Amino acid sequence: MADQALVTLTIEGVEVSVPKGTTILEAAKQAGVLIPHYCYHPGLPIAGVCRMCLIEVEGTPKLQIGCATEVAQGQVVKVFGDEALKARESVLEFLLINHPLDCPICDQAGECELQNYVFQEGRSNTRYAEYAKRFSPVEDFGADVLYVPNRCILCTRCVRFMEHVAEEPVLNVSERGDRAFIGIHPDATLDHEWAGNVVDLCPVGSLISKDFLHKARAWELDRTPSVCTGCSQGCNINLDTRSDVVVRIRPRPNPEVNRHFICDTGRMHYRWMNRGDRIEAPLISRGGELQATDWDHALSEAARLVSGSGGRAVVLISPNASNEAMFLAKRLVAQFTATLAFRVERVDGEIPLSGVPGLALRAERAANVAGATALGYRDDFDAAVQAIEGASLVIVVADDLEGVSREALQKAVNAVYIGTILPDAARGAALVLPVANTAEEDGTLVNRDGRVQRYLQAKSAPGMARPVWWVLGEVLKELGRGESLFSADEAFALMAEAEGSFRGLSYANLGMHGRTMSEARVSV
Amino acid sequence: MEQTTEYAPVFTGDNRKRLDEVLARYPAKRAGLLAALWMVQEQHGWVSDEAMAETADVLGLTPSYIKGVVTFYTMYHQHPVGKTFVQVCTTTPCNICGAEEVVEAFLEHTGCGDLGATSPDGKFTVIEVECLGACGFATPVMMNEDVIENVTPEKVPDLVKQYS
Amino acid sequence: MGYPHKPHEKETVILSEYFGDAEARSYDGWVKRGGYKALKASLEMQPAEVVEIVKSSGLRGRGGAGFPTGVKWSFMPKEKSKPHYLCCNADEAEPGTFKDREIMRWTPHALIEGCAIAQYAIQAEITYIYIRGEFTEPLRIMQAALDDAYGNGVLGDNAMGSGRRLDMYIHRGAGAYICGEETALMNSIEGQRGNPRIRPPFPAASGVFGMPTTINNVETLAAVPHIINRGPEWYKSLSLNNEKSCGTKLFSVSGHVQRPGNYEVTMGFPLGELINDLCGGMRQGRTLKACIPGGSSVPILNREETESCLLDYEGCVEMGTMLGSGGVIVFDDSADMVYQTMRLARFYAHESCAQCTQCREGTGWTVRILERILAGQGEPKDLDLLLDLADQMTGKTICVLSDSCAAVVISTIKRFRNEFEAYMAGTREPGVVAAGVG
Repeated sequence: MADQALVTLTIEGVEVSVPKGTTILEAAKQAGVLIPHYCYHPGLPIAGVCRMCLIEVEGTPKLQIGCATEVAQGQVVKVFGDEALKARESVLEFLLINHPLDCPICDQAGECELQNYVFQEGRSNTRYAEYAKRFSPVEDFGADVLYVPNRCILCTRCVRFMEHVAEEPVLNVSERGDRAFIGIHPDATLDHEWAGNVVDLCPVGSLISKDFLHKARAWELDRTPSVCTGCSQGCNINLDTRSDVVVRIRPRPNPEVNRHFICDTGRMHYRWMNRGDRIEAPLISRGGELQATDWDHALSEAARLVSGSGGRAVVLISPNASNEAMFLAKRLVAQFTATLAFRVERVDGEIPLSGVPGLALRAERAANVAGATALGYRDDFDAAVQAIEGASLVIVVADDLEGVSREALQKAVNAVYIGTILPDAARGAALVLPVANTAEEDGTLVNRDGRVQRYLQAKSAPGMARPVWWVLGEVLKELGRGESLFSADEAFALMAEAEGSFRGLSYANLGMHGRTMSEARVSV
Repeated sequence: MEQTTEYAPVFTGDNRKRLDEVLARYPAKRAGLLAALWMVQEQHGWVSDEAMAETADVLGLTPSYIKGVVTFYTMYHQHPVGKTFVQVCTTTPCNICGAEEVVEAFLEHTGCGDLGATSPDGKFTVIEVECLGACGFATPVMMNEDVIENVTPEKVPDLVKQYS
Repeated sequence: MGYPHKPHEKETVILSEYFGDAEARSYDGWVKRGGYKALKASLEMQPAEVVEIVKSSGLRGRGGAGFPTGVKWSFMPKEKSKPHYLCCNADEAEPGTFKDREIMRWTPHALIEGCAIAQYAIQAEITYIYIRGEFTEPLRIMQAALDDAYGNGVLGDNAMGSGRRLDMYIHRGAGAYICGEETALMNSIEGQRGNPRIRPPFPAASGVFGMPTTINNVETLAAVPHIINRGPEWYKSLSLNNEKSCGTKLFSVSGHVQRPGNYEVTMGFPLGELINDLCGGMRQGRTLKACIPGGSSVPILNREETESCLLDYEGCVEMGTMLGSGGVIVFDDSADMVYQTMRLARFYAHESCAQCTQCREGTGWTVRILERILAGQGEPKDLDLLLDLADQMTGKTICVLSDSCAAVVISTIKRFRNEFEAYMAGTREPGVVAAGVG
């Protein structure tokens, strides 16, 4: 890093210094200028075919493409000079002559790069009015992807993704000239685990998701940074919500974790966030029946259950629970001899994205195994279940208790179930506290590389459900062992103080790309 | 054009040997693709989806990749064609020397009627082709692998007879 | 000899000396005619010496761009760290050009010898001769000559007893004009779609299979043995107009002349004389109207320009056109320039690889406008539109296919605007135009 040579150049009057070898398009981003482009994508090999990023470089007679032209010392670049603007206006005109302009029924409308750049730099009228446009029917590429050839601008991002990133060339450019289209062999399907990325990569509405088809308009969506809980990779994602419902997951670029991509398993892993069968109020056991109550009563009851016991405690926690929840649950049972446990689903084999080293759908299908382990939880669920018998206190956080009987919890007497839905076994608990799911709270998770990453609340929690960190914080307060927590940030700060693995980390320095525990240790 | 029945593999026996000889000329297997597709067309008369799958198998490529290549090169037939495939050059140098009349004559005498259509007897398919690179011998016509120079409409009936 | 005509007295017959002489096709026949002496002599020199000779001969690329051949060779890495390749561009497909075809048909060993010398000079292990798929006869003849050359020890593991290994293979194309573009040709050798590549990297750094590569046209390579045999000074002295253009050049003449065919003349030869004397002038009762002197991709000339154009790189530029590949297309007064412009635009639309937006969409749109004008439905503003599209199709894409289509449109409108306007004014009968492209 230190000895990387820097090159200084001027882009639209702004002087920037960038490492030698940087392209003008990337350098322009640093100058605060987005050079319009279609075929270029930072996660793909450069094609240089759309010719949209034509710019003026002083001293060069011809316009240059920003995506493939490297910076040079003292270069003066004009992105919005007359000649460049005229050239890009012309590219847009060429792209539109066969484009259907069916924006009103196109899923991409509102987040379409053709729409956006035409609005910014295109002509206000067409000179192509008198000809019939090229027409080809919609094609089902298989899995989740539909191809609408009429909208295609042949940028070839999808083809390059499959060929050079997924390394399974299942898409091609077929035919030549203006008869060209994105093709697929009739016996092939686009069912690669990472194929869904072609929908995100498509700058127009040509490759669209069947799952998202006509579900929402882009401008109705709220976008919230989050982390995928599908496996231990910890891919960064955005949760797209409309009216408090998660309607789509898209990758959020993080060069250290998932670059620009997510797998299809992760992409489709959102319906649980919208489940309707939620616990909406605290429930207290009265004569073997759970009855709704208010938080004040529930919290004092929780404090009673925790304080009134001594001896052994068992905490069963979901490996998708936040670090904050894991930490506070552990703190809650500090005076006990505690068994801290989780269980995690493991499947055979990983499904890597071949072109991106270190990126795969992992065999370990949970997001916070590393966090749980760092906080002293053990992957020994069965032993923990056996320890329930004779334990003074049992706390279950968000585990579905599959394979555990209602009686097991009933026998435990002091059992608190903290969760989002109520499995049958949880009906044996003395107290049930409703909590927010991952989409409904702020928190952090630790991926398999020890990277601590934040996720943000994307939708509201139903009824009286509250974030786990708030619930546990309140119980600790009732017990006189802490103050009310007003944010997940505060819960994290407590953890960073108490837990060596998290020392030096804070929401502020995690940012939205996270930091690894080892990085934190080095900088402390 | 007989109905396609069982697909007969191309790369067996002598053909396989021929392909291996071709592959030895290049540092990468994929470079043998154009030659392999020529061998396919030589045997089957066109390049079918099954043939692409077989070729993919032999060269370690995907059928989709091969389809992209096949559709790029106009000499690979994506559909069965007549026994004699007639390509009449109609690009400017030949065009100004009457190439379009030659096309008309072929369409009439072969019974093809339309460009790209195969004659009812299955003997001919006629297309216009862009520059055959024999502009000084207008009008050059390719009949399968033969290039016939200086074709005029008057010479067409004999040529059709000869290739029937 | 001569083919299809006996040589004209004004020709300087060097490359075409044995055109029509079937015996020259065989190894023995070629050796009898002085063949393979130049290769033998080259193999006794250092590769750098061979490069130097070609450099000082002034030989320039005959494929169209006119880049100095020896300079191109000198771009190859001197210190070999990876395999080097030579590609011979025999994908002759530029409308109006058919010279490489005749070199391969009649003097295949001239090409093999030229390739072998170049291959040695750039220290390449392998030459790929990329022959367009339609050239079935040249392909058969070249293959037979290659087998013959291997059989006689010219090629193989001990080329002409030099102890060096020289391999040479034919790679057959399959119908794509754009594969004549050097980087597209390399992709095609690699078994890909023939898409031109963005540069840099340039072929000398990363060409076919990502290795240092030189690519030369057939005619260029066929000239090399003569330069070795007779010396660079001799070659340099063959020049009638500008000393930067020297040697002989094959001109393929097609269209409305009495005797179409290939003619070999010294650089700087007058185009008017080529048409009127060598080719016997126009057809009976017809007069010269226009001429495209360098293959369809160069601007068209009107009669006056044609008659004063000198055939070398500089002479053509002076007339606002280019020497290109030397494909001389001659039009007489019967030619409909609007229709022929459409035909050429259709050629480019058919051959566009589909990568760059301006080319993919612009060529097709240009065809549709021209078809509309031909159908009698043009409006005066269509010419401005055509010129504006052509302007945006020039200098903005990876390769120059788009520029070539634009050059046809721009130069024809400039010189024959009245013909376009006649269609618009209804003073010219609308023609029957086949719809669509390809």
